[in-house]
Amino acid sequence: MIALSLLACPECDLLNRETPIAYGGKAYCRRCGAVLYRRTGDSLDRTLAFTLGAAILMIVANLFQIVELDAQGHHTSTTLFGSVRTLYNDGMGSVAALVFATTILMPVLDIGAMLYMLVPLKLGRIPRQLPAMFRLLQAVRPWGMVEVFMLGTLVSLAKLGHLAHVLPGIALWSFAILMVLVAAAAASFDADELWARVEAIRRRGV
Amino acid sequence: MTAMTAADAGLLACHTCHLLHKSSRVGRDLTCARCGATLHTRKQDSVTRAWALLIAAGILYVPANILPVMETGSLFGAQSDTIMSGVVYLWVSGSWPLAVIVFVASILVPGSKLIALSVLLISVQQRTTWRMLDRTRLYRMVESVGRWSMVDIYVAAILTALVQFESLATIRAGPAAIAFGAVVVLTMFAAEAFDPRLIWDPVRKDHASDPG
Repeated sequence: MIALSLLACPECDLLNRETPIAYGGKAYCRRCGAVLYRRTGDSLDRTLAFTLGAAILMIVANLFQIVELDAQGHHTSTTLFGSVRTLYNDGMGSVAALVFATTILMPVLDIGAMLYMLVPLKLGRIPRQLPAMFRLLQAVRPWGMVEVFMLGTLVSLAKLGHLAHVLPGIALWSFAILMVLVAAAAASFDADELWARVEAIRRRGV
Repeated sequence: MTAMTAADAGLLACHTCHLLHKSSRVGRDLTCARCGATLHTRKQDSVTRAWALLIAAGILYVPANILPVMETGSLFGAQSDTIMSGVVYLWVSGSWPLAVIVFVASILVPGSKLIALSVLLISVQQRTTWRMLDRTRLYRMVESVGRWSMVDIYVAAILTALVQFESLATIRAGPAAIAFGAVVVLTMFAAEAFDPRLIWDPVRKDHASDPG
């Protein structure tokens, strides 16, 4: 039922033979150059470490202020959720939902799905909803846009810098590190390693 | 030496975890043995869905650029800015790196995505074999670059939340923000709906037996 050594290119559907590659390398489709698979060489442990760090920073980044503004004696500051709420109160409900989804909800689901899968596997168990969480991860990942949000914040800071005194808040640094950790977790995640670990645990259990 | 596609060989690849399955003649949908995703030879109704989303995005692109995206109130009165006038203002006031960033992210990228996806869809419907590799590269570019158009939305969100000094200055997001957010989301969905394998289908020998 399963062709073991063949891979279908996701972008041109050509059948490629699976060949061993060095750690850190990628295998490309021989017709269209799409990335077929990669061996990150990073254990799932490393991915888990990045994900745990990201989880902690996610909490910190949302608790604290992103930016503080001082203008002629007046002082304002905002958290990420605060700006979502302001948009909502201004009648921009859909934009508020979009910002909330791409900067809070999707990253949380991304990190959550990773933890759900990786923590039990580390402890030698297969979590029951692993296939569903894997599908959730793939669906949600493209919609997490923390790095774009970082650029947006930088542009806002630059715009405001002319007018008033601007202070980066704790959350700004937290988001910056979060951005790096989320990217690192995604880059070090090797799906084939995941499935191999699942197989290994399953065989041990039988 | 196999130089055939999975579809030619009667194989189905899971779009989520890439596991290959033998396709059967059974009428109902198969699910992936490993991750449970529904298996399809090609993304269902790819061209139809992509066009619908793209046209909707194209229509909303107009109000996104014509309506004001940010409304500034200050001691000197109220001022409305469209995306383009915001870019011009940044350029004229000396912040030309910002002007370039906003112009690229909010005008160039969405516009290029609309054009690029249209080119891809038309070429796929024509079943041409013109420049298949380049078109695949175009698709990859569209997929990776789309999210960066969200910059202006985040800028509006932050500025709106911060600049709330009652009589001195206030900033509010304008109606263009809603239209613009919709354009970004719709083009992202359109790119997701498009199946790049359709680009390469015209060179397959047994193309006639494809499902829609």
